[in-house]
Amino acid sequence: MNVNQPTPMASPYGQPQPGYGQPGYAPLDGGYPAPYAPYNGPASAYQPGAPPQGPARGPPVSGAPPVSAPQPYNQYSHSRGDMQNGPPLMTQAPPRPAVPQSYNQGAVNLSGGHPSYSQHYGPPPSMQQVTNQMTGMQITSGPPTPAGPGYGTTAYSAAPPPSYTQAPPPASSAPTQPPPPSGPAASQQYYGGPPPPSQQPFNSSLPPTSQQQFTSSAPPPPASQQTFPPASHQAPAPPVSQPQQPFPPAQPPFSSAPPPVSQPAFVSGPPPPAQGSFPPRAPPPSSQPGSFPPPTSISSGQYPGPMPPHQQPPPSQPPPYLSGPPPSGVQMPPTSMAQSNHLPPGPQGPPGPPGPLQQPQSQPGMQGGYPPQQNGAFGQVRGPQPGYAGPYPGQPNYGAPAPAPAPAPPAQKRLDPDAIPSPIQVIEDDKAKSNEPFTTGVRGQAPPLVTTNFQVKDQGNASPRFIRCTAYNMPCTADMAKQSQVPLAAVIKPLATLPPDESPPYLVDHGESGPIRCNRCKAYMCPYMQFIEGGRRFQCGFCSCVTEVPPHYFQHLDHTGKRVDCYDRPELSLGSYEFLATVDYCKNNKLPQPPAFIFLIDVSYNAVKSGMVNIVCQELKTLLDYLPRENPEMDSVVRVGFVTYNKVLHFYNVKSSLAQPQMLVVSDVSDMFVPLLDGFLVNVNESRLVIESLLDQIPEMFADTRETETVFGPVIQAGLEALKAADCAGKLFVFHTSLPIAEAPGKLKNREDKKLIGTDKEKSLFQPQVGFYNTLAKECVAQGCCVDLFLFPNQYVDVATLGVVPVSTGGSVYKYTYFQAQADKERFLNDLRRDVQKLVGFDAVMRVRTSTGIRATDFFGSFFMSNTTDVELAGLDCDKAITVEFKHDDKLSEETGALMQCAVLYTSCSGQRRLRVHNMAVNCCSQLADLYRNCETDTIINFFSKYAFRGVLSNPTKAVRDTLVNQCAQILACYRKNCASPSSAGQLILPECMKLLPVYLNCVLKSDVLLPGADVSLDDRAYLRQLISCMDVSESHVFFYPRLLPLTKLESGSLPMAVRDSEERLSKGGVYLLETGLHLFLWVGANVQQELLLNIFGTPSFSQIEPSMTNLPVLDNPFSQRLREIIDSFRAQRSRYMKLMVVKQEDRTELIFRHFLVEDKSASGGASYVDFLCHMHKEIRQLLS
Amino acid sequence: MATYQEFIQQNEDRDGVRFSWNLWPSSRLEATRLVVPVSCLFTPLKERPDLPPVQYEPVLCSRANCKAVLNPLCQVDFRAKIWACNFCFQRNPFPPSYAGISEVNQPAELMPQFSTIEYIVQRGPPTPLIFLYVVDTCLEEEDLQALKESLQMSLSLLPPNALVGLITFGRMVQVHELSCEGIAKSYVFRGTKDLSAKQIQEMLGLTKPAASGQQGRPPAPQDAAASCRFLQPVHRVDMNLTDLLGELQRDPWPVPQGKRPLRSTGVALSVAVGLLEGTFPNTGARVMLFIGGPPTQGPGMVVGDELKTPIRSWHDIQKDNARHLKKATKYYEAMANRSAVNGHSIDIYACALDQTGLLEMKCLSNLTGGHIVMGDSFNTSLFKQTFQRVFSKDYNGDFRMAFGSVMEVKTSRELKVCGAIGPCVSLNSKGSCVSENEMGVGGTSQWKVCSLNPSTTLGMYFEVVNQHNAPVPQGGRGVIQFVTQYQHSNTQRRIRVSTIARNWADAQSQIQHIESSFDQEAAAVLMARLGVFRAESEEGPDVLRWLDRQLIRLFMFHLRRSPFLQVFNNSPDESSYYRHHFVRQDLTQSLIMVQPILYSYSFYGPPEPVLLDSSSILPDRILLMDTFFQLVIYHGETIAQWRKAGYQEMAEYENFKQLLQAPLDDAQEILQTRFPMPRYVDTEHGGSQARFLLSKVNPSQTHNNLYAWGQETGAPILTDDVSLQVFMDHLKKLAVSSSA
Repeated sequence: MNVNQPTPMASPYGQPQPGYGQPGYAPLDGGYPAPYAPYNGPASAYQPGAPPQGPARGPPVSGAPPVSAPQPYNQYSHSRGDMQNGPPLMTQAPPRPAVPQSYNQGAVNLSGGHPSYSQHYGPPPSMQQVTNQMTGMQITSGPPTPAGPGYGTTAYSAAPPPSYTQAPPPASSAPTQPPPPSGPAASQQYYGGPPPPSQQPFNSSLPPTSQQQFTSSAPPPPASQQTFPPASHQAPAPPVSQPQQPFPPAQPPFSSAPPPVSQPAFVSGPPPPAQGSFPPRAPPPSSQPGSFPPPTSISSGQYPGPMPPHQQPPPSQPPPYLSGPPPSGVQMPPTSMAQSNHLPPGPQGPPGPPGPLQQPQSQPGMQGGYPPQQNGAFGQVRGPQPGYAGPYPGQPNYGAPAPAPAPAPPAQKRLDPDAIPSPIQVIEDDKAKSNEPFTTGVRGQAPPLVTTNFQVKDQGNASPRFIRCTAYNMPCTADMAKQSQVPLAAVIKPLATLPPDESPPYLVDHGESGPIRCNRCKAYMCPYMQFIEGGRRFQCGFCSCVTEVPPHYFQHLDHTGKRVDCYDRPELSLGSYEFLATVDYCKNNKLPQPPAFIFLIDVSYNAVKSGMVNIVCQELKTLLDYLPRENPEMDSVVRVGFVTYNKVLHFYNVKSSLAQPQMLVVSDVSDMFVPLLDGFLVNVNESRLVIESLLDQIPEMFADTRETETVFGPVIQAGLEALKAADCAGKLFVFHTSLPIAEAPGKLKNREDKKLIGTDKEKSLFQPQVGFYNTLAKECVAQGCCVDLFLFPNQYVDVATLGVVPVSTGGSVYKYTYFQAQADKERFLNDLRRDVQKLVGFDAVMRVRTSTGIRATDFFGSFFMSNTTDVELAGLDCDKAITVEFKHDDKLSEETGALMQCAVLYTSCSGQRRLRVHNMAVNCCSQLADLYRNCETDTIINFFSKYAFRGVLSNPTKAVRDTLVNQCAQILACYRKNCASPSSAGQLILPECMKLLPVYLNCVLKSDVLLPGADVSLDDRAYLRQLISCMDVSESHVFFYPRLLPLTKLESGSLPMAVRDSEERLSKGGVYLLETGLHLFLWVGANVQQELLLNIFGTPSFSQIEPSMTNLPVLDNPFSQRLREIIDSFRAQRSRYMKLMVVKQEDRTELIFRHFLVEDKSASGGASYVDFLCHMHKEIRQLLS
Repeated sequence: MATYQEFIQQNEDRDGVRFSWNLWPSSRLEATRLVVPVSCLFTPLKERPDLPPVQYEPVLCSRANCKAVLNPLCQVDFRAKIWACNFCFQRNPFPPSYAGISEVNQPAELMPQFSTIEYIVQRGPPTPLIFLYVVDTCLEEEDLQALKESLQMSLSLLPPNALVGLITFGRMVQVHELSCEGIAKSYVFRGTKDLSAKQIQEMLGLTKPAASGQQGRPPAPQDAAASCRFLQPVHRVDMNLTDLLGELQRDPWPVPQGKRPLRSTGVALSVAVGLLEGTFPNTGARVMLFIGGPPTQGPGMVVGDELKTPIRSWHDIQKDNARHLKKATKYYEAMANRSAVNGHSIDIYACALDQTGLLEMKCLSNLTGGHIVMGDSFNTSLFKQTFQRVFSKDYNGDFRMAFGSVMEVKTSRELKVCGAIGPCVSLNSKGSCVSENEMGVGGTSQWKVCSLNPSTTLGMYFEVVNQHNAPVPQGGRGVIQFVTQYQHSNTQRRIRVSTIARNWADAQSQIQHIESSFDQEAAAVLMARLGVFRAESEEGPDVLRWLDRQLIRLFMFHLRRSPFLQVFNNSPDESSYYRHHFVRQDLTQSLIMVQPILYSYSFYGPPEPVLLDSSSILPDRILLMDTFFQLVIYHGETIAQWRKAGYQEMAEYENFKQLLQAPLDDAQEILQTRFPMPRYVDTEHGGSQARFLLSKVNPSQTHNNLYAWGQETGAPILTDDVSLQVFMDHLKKLAVSSSA
């Protein structure tokens, strides 16, 4: 069911799905109707998606599948009547419109797509009716949460209309559309109006949380269905569903948008499926609203036979795709094909619709069958999905559609992708409401999302750029926390770079006695300290201990009890600041030496041959002028040293007094030592000539090397020893190519064994092969030796083991598999430059203090811990984040809230010992609803991913995934049980703040680490696993849910609105930019306009695009300029340089690209969003029952 | 007939031998009664400008266990072209190339004046000389600079085709690669780790990767390029190495307060030996070790780096309180033996004010024929000139050094060889002429002397084994043949053969003859060597007691007081140093060491030798004392005052100026020729350095008896040692009582 719902929502896919779903639903769920009703309510929240679905399902159910169209409509109507259905549809529609519009703008054609949606809706509605009623309600509930409500409402209002229209059309074909109009208005109304009844309940429940509920009439099926739904589902489903009862009805409703989908399906029954499927996809992407109209017409063309009414929708579909439905249809097929089973299933579905559908439905329930059965299941799934749709309401988009849903429901049967919570919509809504600078003065206020650009004003709590919490309302008691299962964690990025318009933390000097601290808990002076007794003492906000104020720090209090100098002192008024540390805070009670950078370059055969050695040496010559410094006017005090190695190590003496560098070979790798002291670490300016001479000569010296074996352990030991000898902290840059098989400590053997994948032994592949590196890492940390590893492997190098030291020392691992100088030089050099230049602190210790009641219990990131409280970081740069989990050890009070203070003691790159302090206060709540109303899904996902990725070290990946799903289900179930208004168990109700949890969680579950495809190497998995461990929220967000931008039209100053990561959203005539934080793809549709090609590539022909290009040609036209600007800005945002890959549609490389369309089913068996949502719903239901 | 004196001199000049007895008692019993054994000082490579080497190979006795070389003492049947070996009496045919010999056409080796003859043999390709500098960088800047200059200078003295290598060490050991252009490369070893030769060779990349051997191909010959990276012909790397030496820095590792610098001498040597072992086994090579302090870490460590722990003294050693001594000694001995096996010699140039661990390291040179030079600083002429003198050349322009020699001794049946004392190691060649009674390095008839120079002198000890009841036939002669194979410094292989014969004498009937054939000087030195040899291996007092039991002559008084046996007032290093030289110098020099020479310069007559007695120290004399190691010019009190007053500057006191100049000139002459260059001291009455003189003279006047003598001559010596007079008195009593 879910599938259906979501699918329908998704413009293209959704449509088909809905179609399918509907059919399925119709048959499946007689009972759906009911769910729909609830959905409707929720739908409002979900709005678009849910509602439509709801209606769709509803139809089947109510309509008695047989009834088909009419019933669906009826259902819709019912739904409408229920409010829920209606609303959902509306909501769905609305959102689409909103989105679509933007999209549409991008791709004019898309409009057609919308119609397709509508179609979906139409059909889905019927199906969905039952299912989705996402929860418009929640949206309403949303209101409670500022954000939530806003979204809901806005989305609804906008979206609803369209969806409604669409939805309605299906029902009454033409009529449906009309509804939309009403819908828009209704959207809210839905909530209020039709849905009210059902919604209201939601609202009540939801309100607090502002969540959206997705109710699915057939929750269980959803699960199974969901799987199906994904890509294939839609396609197949539509046909199926269409053929079944839903179709006619659905289509009609769809007529506008849906048509395409439904049409295909409907039209030929079986054949259509394919088409249907395609169109659906296409349409979905296209904005539903816009598309509707056109689609209609188009659809009519396509659908003529079966769904004249639907026809309208079809047209819409085509638009989305590109041109009219036909093209879309054409394209789609391949896509769908590519996608996989979908097509086949689709066809099958159609034929078998009635019978099969039912069966599938049952299967869906089975879940197990996700992918395979999905088709059949879809129908069912959709059923449930509709329900989801309902719940979704929270989502603005959905909400919007929701209104329409009412109308739509009848027609729609499946889970419309557009009916399920859309990350894009959430992101856009958040952007829309974040116009004001975010001030941190208010305790417990959740900041804007990481995807939103906003300014921060520090008014006493740390900026979200430094600290983000999963929950800004912490439960007061451990019981509550346990009940909710919501992780209490903070993602801390202590040295985060701030935008130029925000001032970096002030440096505070408390004089010779060092920073003022609480006597008992040692918390540093901060705004939470309460001055008493006229300012002579202060009471610690963390432990309540009273401490004397030292005379030199004394200040009188004003009438409010504040110190008079409160605003003159950063530590009394700001959330983040730095203290100048005294010698007591230094290792060995000695002020630190300036740090050193040591470059260790592999010069074995592979390294030389790949060009790496040459590139590194060339680059270093200039890069050395950009060593980090705090004062740009001054020269960096960082000293540098050079080592090359293969089986033995070569140290270089580059003392300034030498005419030529001297090479010192150490072949005793079993017992590494540093052969020289003076002249190894030098000041760049003083030794410039010698260094340049050296860097010139290194490539020559090893040009003819035949040495293929390398060592690795001794290399790090060498750097470590050098730092020890110089008595300073520092960073090693290791450029390494191959598995270290030469006889030496840390020698490794090749253990890559794919047979272990999926077994209980899989975890061993993530663990280091030998214990040597753990010990070494410990030593490195003790010395403040941070290791950055640049890998250039041609085969297995055992990243899991080689990465141990970098990961434990706060370093980074960069990997350039099959490095080729020409193709990868730019990426490598940019990474290197950034890595060398970025601000970094050394020899850091981080400690998180909390107020009584909670305690930091677990830490995730690149660091080492020798006890349970101190996070030791040999190096800490501006990109590293540490995730900290908190647990209760007592009760918290709502009055005081929960305080945390993160203090990082580090040596700055100028050699100054400092303490950076970040303070954070959050609210505490005794009501679960408050918790659910004020948390941040992106941060939760960040936590979950790190938790899971660490889990694979000790547990089978399957168990890890199950745990994740389980916890997520518990979170949502708890909400449903405790915060949502009573409603049918078939309804999926999601908290507003967490409505994206399923989609994001699914992305985590599908990641290469947890669910590797056949072509993912062990090294890649280990690499990603380590990489994620130190990501901040914005990086993990885009990593798991890539940003996909349509590029048809570019405006200066703003980015085009992203579309969801689904193939359905891609138009053949479009060009898209996809960004993951690690990769950058430019996807070019096969039917893209010549003009666009000329603008971007300077070539008019699709076939002449050179897929191997890594940078776009510099063309003198606004489009090209803007596009390159965008690409540059994306690259600038990320800590790693993203190589641009041009992917031509249907090219081989498209497989790689598809991997990042995370809402779709993945090649490695990962569920599509829709499927997963259904699954999640089922899990929740199980928990609830 | 010449006197014995002349005979002895003649023999020494021709064969480089000085026997203790020039008539040999004909039976074991009689020989034993003579106390001083039949023994000789043998200088294998005594310079013989008048002896052109012959360009053919020696003719050997065909008996497998004899192989004696044809010599003038052999009986030759010119007609049958047969010669009889005078050691084993084997009759050997002459080789075909001797077909033309006759009474009037004799090969050189049959002529009596060629009892010592040198053959040049052509065996294998000539191998260049190898000089491997092992340089301590834990020096004061000034010292290092001086050392660098000396080393750079030495490059110009080496023959162009000689191979040179450079190893520097401090806390680490660096082996410098000399073949590379641009970047100077060196391989670095940790100074604390004892590595096997194989490991060292692997780490230096001198071994072939095992992979190639697996395919059944014969292992390729040593990659010349690989081994040559570290040892390059001087002419090729002259500039390079000069620069390298120029850029040599002091060991950069910080030396905390209260610590000694970490000096990895042990590992450096190990690497040097390992390197040569792997690349040029059995080729003449010198490892020249320059140290400025004791090894303070790693294997071979002599003292810890804590300054508060002083380096071991004799006192510590006697109290068994020198914790590193045994271990270090063992380490260096093992190293020396390895090196000796490969024919490489090790020189030690130790310049420091404190001890440098020569006691532990002495075997490196003693066993391999290397030099030991001890000085206060590399920035002294003592070191500079001594070092320069190492490369001195002979009349042919060849270095006065020879490498990898094997010296074999053959004796006629009545004699057996007991051992040798000198810079040699045993080759464990058992044979019929080897005595079971070992004296010095015994149990063999062959010794390896890795490095020789023309003055290197070995003490050889023999035993008369003829039984009393089997008298030697009248007119029979005992014969000893020394066969010394060596690599000449011009890379030729040469063999020098000396055949020496002496008459037998019946001790009962010819005791006077035997007595008159006694070579007091040779005997003294030979006995002293025995004493020193024992002193090296036994407790000091025991040796003195042994010495006292032996026949005692005048010189023994001085020997007893000499630093060779007496460790009082000498550091263990000094003792080692003195002993090292004592056992290798020729007779004259050895005598000087035992009994320093004292010359007196005064207005009362020409310079004259005076008694080495405190009574010789007079105010109006200038004394010149030569102890071999020191050259002291001592201005008497009056002379010193005059000099201070500047009389020598006045024209009318020209004679005074000349008087002052005379000892200087004489000293200069000695300084020019002596190796190692002696410490030159110019002092005066009351000067602190006068102690060098005062410590040597016979303390006939001490603070105890100063006034008892009632005369105001000479200078009192502040010592409790007995004076010669007392010693003699005691000796006389002892002699009488013992004979009784």
